[in-house]
Amino acid sequence: MSVDAATVKRIAHLARLKLSEADVAPLQAELNGIIGWIEQLGEVDTAGVEPMTAVIPIKLAWREDLVIDGDARDKVLANAPGAAHGFFAVPGMIE
Amino acid sequence: MLTDLSIAAMQAGLRDRDFSARELATAHNDAVAAARPLNAFIVETPEHALAAADAADAALTAGTAGPLAGIPLGIKDLFCTAGVQTTAGSKILEGFVPPYESTVTAKLFADGAGMLGKLNMDQFAMGSSNETSAFGNVVSPWRSAGSNRPLVPGGSSGGSAAAVAARLCAGATGTDTGGSIRQPAAFVGIAGIKPTYGRCSRWGVVAFASSLDQAGPMARDVRDCAILLKSMSGHDPKDSTSLDLPVPDFEAALTGDLRGKRIGVPKEYRLDGMDATIAALWDQGLAWLRDAGATTVEVSLPHTRYALPAYYIVAPAEASSNLARYDGVRYGLRVRPEGGNLADMYEATRAAGFGPEVKRRIMIGTYVLSAGFYDAYYTQAQKVRTLIARDFTLAFERCDLLLTPTAPSAAFAAGDKVDPLEMYLNDVFTVPASMAGLPAMSVPAGLNGSGLPLGLQVIGPAFDEAGVLNAGYAIERAAGFAARPDRWW
Repeated sequence: MSVDAATVKRIAHLARLKLSEADVAPLQAELNGIIGWIEQLGEVDTAGVEPMTAVIPIKLAWREDLVIDGDARDKVLANAPGAAHGFFAVPGMIE
Repeated sequence: MLTDLSIAAMQAGLRDRDFSARELATAHNDAVAAARPLNAFIVETPEHALAAADAADAALTAGTAGPLAGIPLGIKDLFCTAGVQTTAGSKILEGFVPPYESTVTAKLFADGAGMLGKLNMDQFAMGSSNETSAFGNVVSPWRSAGSNRPLVPGGSSGGSAAAVAARLCAGATGTDTGGSIRQPAAFVGIAGIKPTYGRCSRWGVVAFASSLDQAGPMARDVRDCAILLKSMSGHDPKDSTSLDLPVPDFEAALTGDLRGKRIGVPKEYRLDGMDATIAALWDQGLAWLRDAGATTVEVSLPHTRYALPAYYIVAPAEASSNLARYDGVRYGLRVRPEGGNLADMYEATRAAGFGPEVKRRIMIGTYVLSAGFYDAYYTQAQKVRTLIARDFTLAFERCDLLLTPTAPSAAFAAGDKVDPLEMYLNDVFTVPASMAGLPAMSVPAGLNGSGLPLGLQVIGPAFDEAGVLNAGYAIERAAGFAARPDRWW
């Protein structure tokens, strides 16, 4: 299956990547090259095969439902490009 | 020269007080500062190395020194380091200063090691040549005989590889998702091991593909890899996939005696048109292992050819999810178009902050996970992954370890591979073990006709890093690899 320009734009939007019109055609060609190549997986007979969920099977550990970390607001905000009043600050969403 | 010493020799010299940790750190800081043409470091931290050295000198005098006291290391820029910029080689994290320390670096520092700086790498560990870093290409210290063309150090741990080979540090941390420790180690003539998935904690390591990412050491010999791996390994409750197993004394396992060991030779790795020098070196490696007491047996890994395409579904899918966090809100770059709203900020920030290869993989990952395609691509890839892992399980019923080449070629020149697919094919021998979570290492084994290093890869069953290292040690002893790059920088 090959992707068209509209699909490239839709995927870019889903991935929250701004594309210029000039980006679309080269990216479309690259994606089609890669997707065409990975499609060979379709020829593998996987009937009755379970998809891998854990590469090394381990039992996930349980722990007590306790707060073990925290009280680090200022450290967490220290790298924020915008912070105000102890919160992350972002551009307005609602007019 | 102090910078020529192995970590084991540094430990002995410090213990005997032949030199101080401060002298050792200073020699390495100077080497780092003198090697900027290699572009191996994004940030240099001489003060960190000196502080650790002074603490080590005091501890050595007091008799309280840890196993890595006074050993100066390079740290790949994928490991979060408290108070020191960590970028994963990307503009989107430029200026990010973690308030916390990754578990692996915390363990190394707790054992007394110091940090010389943060090592350059392919952006978000996506690349096989160190040409995708936002901070410029790393240049290999090696050059082809009779040529001055810059060669790539491999990737993604290319800064680590270049720094160790150029004797800027005796050891460095790397990470390996599809070959990012082993392929660069092979390209620059050093050793490197990717342990079993879960052996080293992923906590505080910037995530690329979480079901594949593993940290591991890179050093000039197998013993130093064993020393570093012991320090880096161990259970960490903060990583839910961390293995809750005792950490063996990997160094003590290095006997070079392979009597009773069966070495499998996967026939599917003998590709049509394989480089004759590499094929001959592979045969030589098998002969060396037989000399060390092993027997060799041909085995089959029938799904080998599907490992790369499956990897290029699974890894981008996980990356597209992991990298969703870079949105200009909590850390790193923010680009807000004039008058733009929150969604505009997300899209502009990610467009400006990620490099082309990262964007390509996010696009592929988003596509294969999107509605209507998920089963055809992602579920099918995870089923193929089950088959790849099963191939290895069946092979290890007939042998104890596998020997293969590490990479299909020696290092190539920067700019030589422009097609992304062609670049991906460089990982053909390393990706299958990654898909199965198995321990695997590259050991320098010889030079090609242009005088460039070639590596052999030992793959073991899950949890048998000790066996992998010991076979690597046997190859290393037999190969007697002593070549090193002539200093031009």
